[in-house]
Amino acid sequence: MATTFDVKPETATLTNDEILRYSRHLIMPEVGMAGQQKLKAARVLCIGAGGLGSPLTLYLAAAGVGTLGIVDFDVVDFTNLQRQIIHSTADVGRKKLDSAAEKLKAINPFINLKTFETRLTSENALELFRDFDIVADGTDNFPTRYLVNDACVLTGKPNVYGSIFRFEGQASVFATEEGPCYRCLYPEPPPPGLVPSCAEGGVLGILPGLVGVMQATEVIKLILGQGEPLIGRLLLIDALGMKFRELKLRKNPDCPACGTHPTVTKLIDYNEFCGIRGEEKPVETGIPEMQVEELKRRLDAGDDLYVLDVREPHEYQICNIGGHLIPLGDLPKRVNELDSSREIVAHCRSGVRSAKAVGFLQQAGFKKVHNLAGGILAWADRVDPKMPKY
Amino acid sequence: MAKIHIPTPLRQYAGKQATVEVKGASVADALSGLVAAHPDLRRHLYTDDGKLRAFVNVYLNDEDVRYLQKEATAVKDGDTISIVPSIAGGL
Repeated sequence: MATTFDVKPETATLTNDEILRYSRHLIMPEVGMAGQQKLKAARVLCIGAGGLGSPLTLYLAAAGVGTLGIVDFDVVDFTNLQRQIIHSTADVGRKKLDSAAEKLKAINPFINLKTFETRLTSENALELFRDFDIVADGTDNFPTRYLVNDACVLTGKPNVYGSIFRFEGQASVFATEEGPCYRCLYPEPPPPGLVPSCAEGGVLGILPGLVGVMQATEVIKLILGQGEPLIGRLLLIDALGMKFRELKLRKNPDCPACGTHPTVTKLIDYNEFCGIRGEEKPVETGIPEMQVEELKRRLDAGDDLYVLDVREPHEYQICNIGGHLIPLGDLPKRVNELDSSREIVAHCRSGVRSAKAVGFLQQAGFKKVHNLAGGILAWADRVDPKMPKY
Repeated sequence: MAKIHIPTPLRQYAGKQATVEVKGASVADALSGLVAAHPDLRRHLYTDDGKLRAFVNVYLNDEDVRYLQKEATAVKDGDTISIVPSIAGGL
């Protein structure tokens, strides 16, 4: 295969302790001393220390990648532990970077760890990428996916890509000199809200493990210059069927980023590009809200309120406040179950889906509808602390 | 008959099925057969003016139809059509 970049292994001699540590690599002809020195000389930047970043950084550290950078700004919470195996229960509340750095140093004290406590932005990405040879993308949203891709194209760094949803994953290697980039595959992002994130749609805990290890494998292969990298190929992983399929990717000559006449010559505003304004997706304007305390007070007072729960049935089983269940997607065809003369309070988990439901009901002529601000999570926080949160 | 692979995010609009068997001489025929059987899929695959959405990639076997004859690409019995939308999860 064509090597996609050059590392300078001659500068990276191994100590006797390192030779012992990497002995299972050194006795393989595909790695050997030269390969291990390439690994030691290599500089890999991982974006995100979460689901994909956990196995990715753990294996790259163990394998002896000499300089490992991690960009993250998040804090460990309980919902991370089902899949983000670099963090433990005792780390909840700590910075992910601190928690990850501790584990990685414990696995391999010989590596040079560089942590960057920041959100990756159009302002800092090029500067950050400059000091690394390969970038591994373990982020979780479209704006950052496009940002990582464009910054990789502009700096000439391979983008080792993985993404996951529920029990399905995708992996590829983008932005090499000869291969396609992420924009060749997906010139445009989906409109916001149409493709759910893991936080909204869930993800099988092992899936980031599977895909993150594939990314680590591709990183190591690129460094070693061995094997067939996933350049120009999109690997589709279906963990439920345990089926792997491969699709051909082509470098698009008209690609705005890596084509023959690129129009993306500097980093842009990726939130704007993806149709998102601000950090959080704002709740639609003109949607009347009700606070959880007011709902509680009025229910206790026996007011005639109709509580509409627009979550999915499996969410209702986790916790509920006795609302009438009509999942948001079913609302248009089940709207006749609702009495527009009654006062309706719609809720979901956090208030985003129910805002859409209220907007829909208003358009359908309902006058007395409210969105429960903060959803059932706010109810659990401020009204019923015994209620489980998810 | 050709087999259409439905990706996870869209299965909820296709009767929760992972694959759907359809008839059709071209990719366009096969996809219209699919949305005729599962109308909820339409807005996820097509824009309001009936064009395939830009973030939805369609493959015939392992080849992107953009590099074949696009939606006019002929479909044979036993071919596999894959709908591959972008997903972004990773944390």
